[in-house]
Amino acid sequence: MTLRIVVLTKPVPDPAAAAERLGPDGRLDRAASPAVINGNDEYTLEAALKLADAQDAEVTLLSMAPATGVETMRKGLAMGAHRGVLVTDPALAGSDGWSTVQVLAAALRGMEYDLVLAGFDTSDGVGGVVGAGVATLLKLPYLSSAAKIEPDVDAGTVRVRRISPTGFDVLEAPMPALIVGTQLLGEPRYPSLKGIMAARSKEVVTKSLADLELDAAGVGGDAARTKVTDTEKPPARSATQVVRGTPDEGAKAIADLLASRRLI
Amino acid sequence: MTEAGAVAYRLTEEQVLLRDTIRTLAFEQIAPRAAEIDRTGEFPEDIRQLLASQDVLALPYPVEHGGLGADLLTQCLVIEQIARACVTSSLILSVQALASLPLLLGGSEEQKARLFPDLASGKVLAAFALTEPEAGSDAAALRTRAVREGDGYRLSGTKRFITNGSVAGLITVFAVTDPDAPRHKRISCFAVEVPTDGFKVARLEHKLGIRGSPTAELNFDGVLVPEANRIGDEGDGWKLALATLDRSRPGIAAQAVGIAQGALDVAAQYARERKQFGQRIGEFQMVQAMLADMDSRTEAARQLLYKAATEIEAGAADASRWASISKLIAGDTAMAVTTDAVQVLGGYGYTDDYPVERMMRDAKITQLYEGTQQIQRLVIARALLGKPE
Repeated sequence: MTLRIVVLTKPVPDPAAAAERLGPDGRLDRAASPAVINGNDEYTLEAALKLADAQDAEVTLLSMAPATGVETMRKGLAMGAHRGVLVTDPALAGSDGWSTVQVLAAALRGMEYDLVLAGFDTSDGVGGVVGAGVATLLKLPYLSSAAKIEPDVDAGTVRVRRISPTGFDVLEAPMPALIVGTQLLGEPRYPSLKGIMAARSKEVVTKSLADLELDAAGVGGDAARTKVTDTEKPPARSATQVVRGTPDEGAKAIADLLASRRLI
Repeated sequence: MTEAGAVAYRLTEEQVLLRDTIRTLAFEQIAPRAAEIDRTGEFPEDIRQLLASQDVLALPYPVEHGGLGADLLTQCLVIEQIARACVTSSLILSVQALASLPLLLGGSEEQKARLFPDLASGKVLAAFALTEPEAGSDAAALRTRAVREGDGYRLSGTKRFITNGSVAGLITVFAVTDPDAPRHKRISCFAVEVPTDGFKVARLEHKLGIRGSPTAELNFDGVLVPEANRIGDEGDGWKLALATLDRSRPGIAAQAVGIAQGALDVAAQYARERKQFGQRIGEFQMVQAMLADMDSRTEAARQLLYKAATEIEAGAADASRWASISKLIAGDTAMAVTTDAVQVLGGYGYTDDYPVERMMRDAKITQLYEGTQQIQRLVIARALLGKPE
């Protein structure tokens, strides 16, 4: 039996490009910011791809994003995901976490899946609530802080190692289930060049709010329950202190510095 | 040929994704190894395996033989990004492509089906053996002989400055089959699978730059090569060598653009951070002017290269001219920009605490190999004026 995995992947401004632009309303201008797949989502995607390497599985990417989200999704397809679903609609601009939860849940209602994987949080909004919200709306078992994911297709269950303050908890739940991953799932792979060439022919289905039978009045910027009232740039970092010398000298200098600031 | 240049280019979404993927791979996995590869002068087997596992070495080969069938521009984009981090590492792909070109251009379907899958997977590395001790720029003067014997040929002679010659499993060797034929009909090309009886790596050069890339002197002492491994017809060698260089010189230009960009990256970062006289040195106009010139020259060389690759891929009649122009401009740009990068870093740039001195040493080779800058000018002038009587 094929294990069907949906990975939630959000396009976020490329942290390496450091070119995040805010619109006049204080919200991120997504069209003006070069986007990449959210870093934490790449870890859950990697976990899904590892499962697909080891067994019969199909990995679908699901995003809610502007239409340019197709380009960002292409990288996930190049890494090895099989297909993509992009929910895009002009009415979704300015959505808050609650809108996102409703939209992703509506999209998932129209899909067949055994597992939904969500990243720990996103590097733009840093809300960290979408995974839990989707699980709640869809009444899915919710397994958080996963360091390892072990589905048993025949038994219809999934086992997760959840990080805890003292080590790990082992949780088991029936599938379908929603899992929030951590970076302990393992470093994301680089897309292979064959993967990039193959990504061109993979299917990305685009859905609008009408396709999902969602009322535009209930989602997007106008329905957002929070509003950005002010924005502020972080203070400039103070000058970098460079430690030079042999590795032994350097290690001692760094240890002394950390100790002098009571960091160790 | 001033009317040439009808073909426009624009990077596809796929080429951008591919370039950015290689950039990340090079930045995260190759750049941290570059200084050590230079210092030890050892062939980076780990990088070869990394490139093979990411299908980078499959780029030049047809899809039906395990390759990716990438066009010349795509190959150049990849070489550029690897060279930005480590030129030695970029040579692994450049030379794989270079040495396979005679087979791609003149090989039979049987030869391609037999030899390409292992080259595309990176299991076997290839080397290109044209240059000899007495035949450098004057490549037609080569002396290595291939004498018919039974179902094949016996090769005898010495090849010099053969990149990857000591690590290759397949070497495309140019040798004289008919010493009495006109100068450009004397030569044939052979795919020599090594190790084999009579083949020996005589020595490795000690070099100024690209130190992790082995440059070998190869001895062929009666090496038996089956006729099935002759590439093209007897006497096709010279034609194949020239056609090969038309497509390989842009790869060297791509290395050069990559080195220049890598040096500019370091210099700009340094100018943002280094303080003298109470301010960042990037705030001094003399430093700004250097950086602006470095950026402009690098971008100009890059755009020329992309255009040249596109023209050559489209089968331009003046492909040789495009190849030489792109290598000439890019090689000189790499040398100038890396030299200026050392200048921006001052005394620190002259030490191996920073990568720019390595980049400056590596840049020099792009003015020398696959035709010196003087040979490029000769090719360009011939395209302009016609061959001398």
